[in-house]
Amino acid sequence: MFKLAKYFKNYAKIALTTPLFVIGEALLEVSIPFLMAKIIDVGVANKDINYILLTGLLMIGMAFLSLVCGAIAGKFGAWAATGLAKNIRQNMYYKIQDYAFSNIDKFSTASLITRLTTDVNIAQDTVQMSLRALIRAPIMLIAATSMAFNINSRLTLVFLCAIPFLGIALFTLIFIAFPKFLALFKKYDKLNSVVQENLIAIRTVKSFVREDYEIKKFQDASSDIMNYAKKAEKIVILNMPIMQFTVFGCILAISWFGGNQIIQGRMTTGQLTSFLSYIMQILMSLMIISMLFVNIIMTRAAANRILEVIDETPDITPPKNPVTEVADGSIEFENVSFSYKKNDNYVLSNINLKIEHGQTIGLIGGTGSSKSSLVQLIPRLYDVTKGRVLVGGVDVRDYDIKTLRDSVGIVLQKNVLFSGTIEENLRWGSKDATMDEIVRACKIAQAHDFITSFSDGYQTYLDQGGVNLSGGQRQRLCIARAILKNPKVLIFDDSTSAVDTNTDALIRKALKTELKDMTKIIIAQRVASIEDADKIIILDEGQIAGLGTHDELIKTNDIYKDVYFSQKNMGEQNE
Amino acid sequence: MSKSKQIGAGKPPKHIYKGVKPKNIKKTLIRLFGYLKEYKLQLIIVAICILLNSGTGIALNGFVKPLIDKYILPLVGVQNPDLSGFLTVILAMCGVALIGLLAGYIYNRLMINITQGTLKTVRDQMYKHMQKLPIKYFDNTTHGNLMSRYTNDAEALRQTLSQSIPSVISSSITVVGVFIVMLIYSWILTLLVVGMLVIMLLTVRFFGGRSSRFFISQQQAIGQLNGYAEEMLHGQKVVKVFSYEQQAKRKFDEVNQNLYENANRAHTYANMLMPIMVNLSYLSYALIAVLGGFLIARTPFLTVGALSSFLLLTRSFTMPINQMSNQINFIVMSIAGAERIFEVLDEPIEQDQGTVTLVKAKKDQNGQFQETTDADPQGVWCWKKPSGDGAEFIKLKGDVRFKDVNFSYDGKKLVLKNVNLYAKPGQKIAFVGATGAGKTTITNLINRFYDIQQGQITYDGIDIKDIKKSSLRRSLGIVLQDTHLFTGTVRDNIRYGKLDATDEEIEKAAKLANADFFIKHLPEGFDTVLTGDGANLSQGQRQLLSIARAAVADPPVLILDEATSSVDTRTEKIIQEGMDKLMEGRTVFVIAHRLSTIRNAQAIIVLEQGEIIERGDHEELIDYGGKYYQLYTGALELS
Repeated sequence: MFKLAKYFKNYAKIALTTPLFVIGEALLEVSIPFLMAKIIDVGVANKDINYILLTGLLMIGMAFLSLVCGAIAGKFGAWAATGLAKNIRQNMYYKIQDYAFSNIDKFSTASLITRLTTDVNIAQDTVQMSLRALIRAPIMLIAATSMAFNINSRLTLVFLCAIPFLGIALFTLIFIAFPKFLALFKKYDKLNSVVQENLIAIRTVKSFVREDYEIKKFQDASSDIMNYAKKAEKIVILNMPIMQFTVFGCILAISWFGGNQIIQGRMTTGQLTSFLSYIMQILMSLMIISMLFVNIIMTRAAANRILEVIDETPDITPPKNPVTEVADGSIEFENVSFSYKKNDNYVLSNINLKIEHGQTIGLIGGTGSSKSSLVQLIPRLYDVTKGRVLVGGVDVRDYDIKTLRDSVGIVLQKNVLFSGTIEENLRWGSKDATMDEIVRACKIAQAHDFITSFSDGYQTYLDQGGVNLSGGQRQRLCIARAILKNPKVLIFDDSTSAVDTNTDALIRKALKTELKDMTKIIIAQRVASIEDADKIIILDEGQIAGLGTHDELIKTNDIYKDVYFSQKNMGEQNE
Repeated sequence: MSKSKQIGAGKPPKHIYKGVKPKNIKKTLIRLFGYLKEYKLQLIIVAICILLNSGTGIALNGFVKPLIDKYILPLVGVQNPDLSGFLTVILAMCGVALIGLLAGYIYNRLMINITQGTLKTVRDQMYKHMQKLPIKYFDNTTHGNLMSRYTNDAEALRQTLSQSIPSVISSSITVVGVFIVMLIYSWILTLLVVGMLVIMLLTVRFFGGRSSRFFISQQQAIGQLNGYAEEMLHGQKVVKVFSYEQQAKRKFDEVNQNLYENANRAHTYANMLMPIMVNLSYLSYALIAVLGGFLIARTPFLTVGALSSFLLLTRSFTMPINQMSNQINFIVMSIAGAERIFEVLDEPIEQDQGTVTLVKAKKDQNGQFQETTDADPQGVWCWKKPSGDGAEFIKLKGDVRFKDVNFSYDGKKLVLKNVNLYAKPGQKIAFVGATGAGKTTITNLINRFYDIQQGQITYDGIDIKDIKKSSLRRSLGIVLQDTHLFTGTVRDNIRYGKLDATDEEIEKAAKLANADFFIKHLPEGFDTVLTGDGANLSQGQRQLLSIARAAVADPPVLILDEATSSVDTRTEKIIQEGMDKLMEGRTVFVIAHRLSTIRNAQAIIVLEQGEIIERGDHEELIDYGGKYYQLYTGALELS
């Protein structure tokens, strides 16, 4: 939790100034009952109005000063805490931007969001509270005790008994209650998961007529919560009688012993009154310390979740002396093997492949044959486990990552559009593209016609993910976006699966005539999509099972033949 | 429509400031108190105990005056003073303190029971009610929204019941009590305290008002940051592919800065309030000391003891006021939460006027059906139709017909238009068409997830509106597009289809569904625990489990909504075989996403925009050369 402190950065000064004001405030507060005793014992006893007024003015002045200190401390505390939260969020988000695909795969989006918002908020609240209470409470405790000691050392013995008693009692309560609360939280998770599963699967529940069964399941979880909560709370509520016992006990003990001393002439009534005020200050401070303690423990979990995100090392790091220019769109795989996790089975093994600049390559294979894995190595979305991948004759790991990815475009299988207009989405490919360039890219991707059919044309607003478009339309926009980047290599990872065959053919034709100078790799399910490629690669279970032109493969490769004829048959049977 | 909504995990988890204002406080409170009725006696004890407890606090601060004035000061300077009176007072106060202490413990203890009990009742009631709500409700309500009623709203209710309400009551008693004692001791000083009080209340209003205004804008800023981060993180891979990190960072900085500014303002006011209040109470403490000192020195209006009591009392006066201002905000917020809970409870439940039930029956000597137990091996499923005093039994066959059915989800746009179709017992009927053509809708109507507006659907000649929903659904097995599993073992998940199924039945069903092979390879076999909707299984494996689940239910009619997501060819073949075995001898409706699986259907129904445009078997439709032909040859998109 304290590791987060380094993210105060430009707010560190404010964070450090806050305690000064808090200390000032606490010391002033502690002096007030002391002066009050003087008023009663000196001023009132001697009927010295001037003394009363002067001391009184001093007291009022101190209270004002304390108010100002408190207000400034409050402002600074909020300032530092929210500033820290801002810095933490920024650090987390920047770090996430540096993640490699493999890092992203590790966290779910939902979990990252919770860490970025809820967890940071928890940390912010605790820091804000700590900046005040963590300083104030111990200072009050010590200052008030020493003031009391200064007034009457013998009466302070009452405090010296009460403080350890209360301290030990409160912390014992925390230690007994804490595990019980953890157990309770688990029960809450259980209940939540019952509700969540039920909501997701409500159709399953209803079609199997399992409502009663689900209700029973919920009631069990619900009863568990009730019982565990009762157990935990039963302990927590003990803190009130313990606190009151101490307060009441101190008031009575001090009244008795103090009273006796007054009678014997060894103490004054003013001192007794200020003593009683100090009890409240001291015991309240102790209470706050114990509360803070619980809070910090609770925050630790949130802080750890935050640090997990920040401390994650990106699996892909830029080279020291990066190459900043990609010569051409030639690609070479040299003995490449790849697995997603260390010590996992290879999903690609021993791939050797040479693609020349400007060629069109078709890539087919069944699901699980690692087609996507193969192409994702080219723009270095993942790093190879063994061997190397070369683009333009240079190992991809030697390039500046931005340079490489600007030169190697890929249309992902699971592609995403963002909320914004169509034009804004397309400009992801090229910020400064002219309208002509955008239209040209859209014409190649066969997207221009449907875009202009919308009443707002290129300014049509897309809701998140482009939900207001059909699957085929989304795919075509994603293709246009990638073309706009004008890369040297363009990879299509099954990116026309939802596009009908006629449009698919039109796109391929346009790619061929309009983007001659680009190396194109097309992953497809339909043989028809890659039939006329310069070279076709057949992947099977992570290995190259065939390589050649359509005419060569149809004669020599059994897998290709199989796929080709089964798909062909489907079409021909009906002619 | 059957696509399940993503759980709102990424949504702002707290909707505190959304609709924070309760609509009808009085009505909601009355309803809330309805839940407390059964705790009447306990609540009376609680009230008494609160009174005793707060009274003790006041008494202990107030008794300082008589203590000093009557028992201490008169003895000052006396030789061998008689301390017995003094001791008696102290001991008496000890007794009072103990009673107060005990009372405090008792009411807190009772409140735990009352709160937790009430919460359980509310929770259970809400869930029970939710199970009876129609599917339409779940279509229109996000999961995150519903979930937060079980978490945020229930938690707010708990805090209100167990803490806010007792604390407000005890605070008000304290304030009133202290005020009375003060008034008795010195009306002049009381006037001063009231003056300070007004200043404090104004301060609370000023800071509180500012702060809550900025809290609302902070909440909006959080929502904005949340939305932005969610969208970008969701598309993080695209961000990488387009080297868009710098732009993404810059935009995030803007949103982040905006959140910081709003949060800073909101927290500044909130964070300043507390120290200001504390110090205002010190200011009032100082003022009392001065004025009090003056009064004692110059007038007979005040004694030293009264001043001492007063100084202690002012401190116990300001604390409850702070507390009350905090708690009242909270109570208002949690009433809004309670309203959201009641909203669910007030939602109309699924209507069911059906009287025909599904029972097992067997023929007696006279060839008449007689009802028997479910476990009877000779029993066959029959519809039991009440007629007069007795009942008529109709053997379940699986004959489903649609007559001139019109249907619309929203009452405006017709999703199905004039649909007529029939499925004879044992037939396999496949629905084909583009997304939105109405395939899934048809199956949703058969099991009455939705009710039709016009026309009639009959099942073995009975209008399905006359069949009890639970019986109707029991007779229909459904393998849905998205397979949903529950936390529990593989065995439990299969048993979902038939709760009293024996282990042998389950294993048999798994075998039939071709699922036994992969299950046996799981670390614990059938006892492997699945968590997080079966996250540890592949899509194909989950489908196999859902087939097994349907198999163990052994329904006469089956609805298969094929999964859209692609699985590898080998698994697909395994799944297909499992499905084929399951389909044997049943009436089956298949919603097809891949045409290869339905060639052997007796009837293929092609839907377009809610209308049946073609019907026939594979050969007939190919010869016809219409939409089916186009779909089949890939000239049209199918999904």
